Amino acid sequence: MDHTPFIVGSYAIGAIVLLWTAVAPLIKKKAIVRDIARLIQIEERNDSNP
Amino acid sequence: MTEKTPNKTKLRKNPVVLFIHKLGSPAYFYHFTGKFIPWFWAIFLVLTAIGMYQAFFVVPSDYQQGESFRILYLHVPAAWMSLLAYIIMAVCAFIALIWRIRVVEILAMCSAPVGAAFTVVTLVAGSLWGRPTWGTYWVWDARLTSELVLLFLYLGVIGLYNAIDEPRKAARAACLLALVGAVNLPIIHYSVKWWNTLHQGSSISLMGGSSIDSSMLWPLLVMSIAVKFYYGANLLTRSRVKLLEQDLRKGWVRNIVREGK
Repeated sequence: MDHTPFIVGSYAIGAIVLLWTAVAPLIKKKAIVRDIARLIQIEERNDSNP
Repeated sequence: MTEKTPNKTKLRKNPVVLFIHKLGSPAYFYHFTGKFIPWFWAIFLVLTAIGMYQAFFVVPSDYQQGESFRILYLHVPAAWMSLLAYIIMAVCAFIALIWRIRVVEILAMCSAPVGAAFTVVTLVAGSLWGRPTWGTYWVWDARLTSELVLLFLYLGVIGLYNAIDEPRKAARAACLLALVGAVNLPIIHYSVKWWNTLHQGSSISLMGGSSIDSSMLWPLLVMSIAVKFYYGANLLTRSRVKLLEQDLRKGWVRNIVREGK
């Protein structure tokens, strides 16, 4: 039995799972920072135009 | 007004205690841990490169398992990490439930997805190793089943935490579940001793007597250390993002966004 597909498959799935687990919080951080920046902008605009 | 006892005053002046108190502040935690994350990633990448090179190009194939034994350089470190992540989550959950420290609560909750990822990797890699070695992808033996229960526990903690709107209440409920689920940890560890399982017993022992050859052992240890750094970097990143999300209306978060850090 050729073991290569099992070795390649396990490392490929491992890499995908661990890569996604590492990248997901960075994507979320980007979205949160964008939301906060927008919130600050709205508040500053409201403060300057009461 | 009550007078402070000398012991309590002394304790409060202790630099270690003062540092732990400071670390409980979200702003301080965010800035302090941010310095470590790039280093953790760098160490993880270097150790993984060394470990993988050894595992694929230096270590000879096993005389019984053949080439498929190279999967164990992913499976075993991931399995150890899946247990350690739960231990860290349970300890943080215990501290969070007693002292109600929000940063520790967040650490406990952020440990769950990383631990779940390692459990998935353990199960998938183990299953793909089992097919050429045992002739089957899966058997309902005690070690495999208890590891699958660990995955369900992680998913339960994540699900419960996300099901309740109020984050502090959600964390308390999920911390309680995490603590109850800790009973599964000794079951996983001793399953190969308590029951007659297809999964082999431990080949590596801290107290000596490892049955694995040293040329095959040390890349495994390198990979095991590498995943600890991955876990550390990921846990701290997730905790910092969670703090930003929870404190989005607070001044320290606004300053971070304004400064673009």
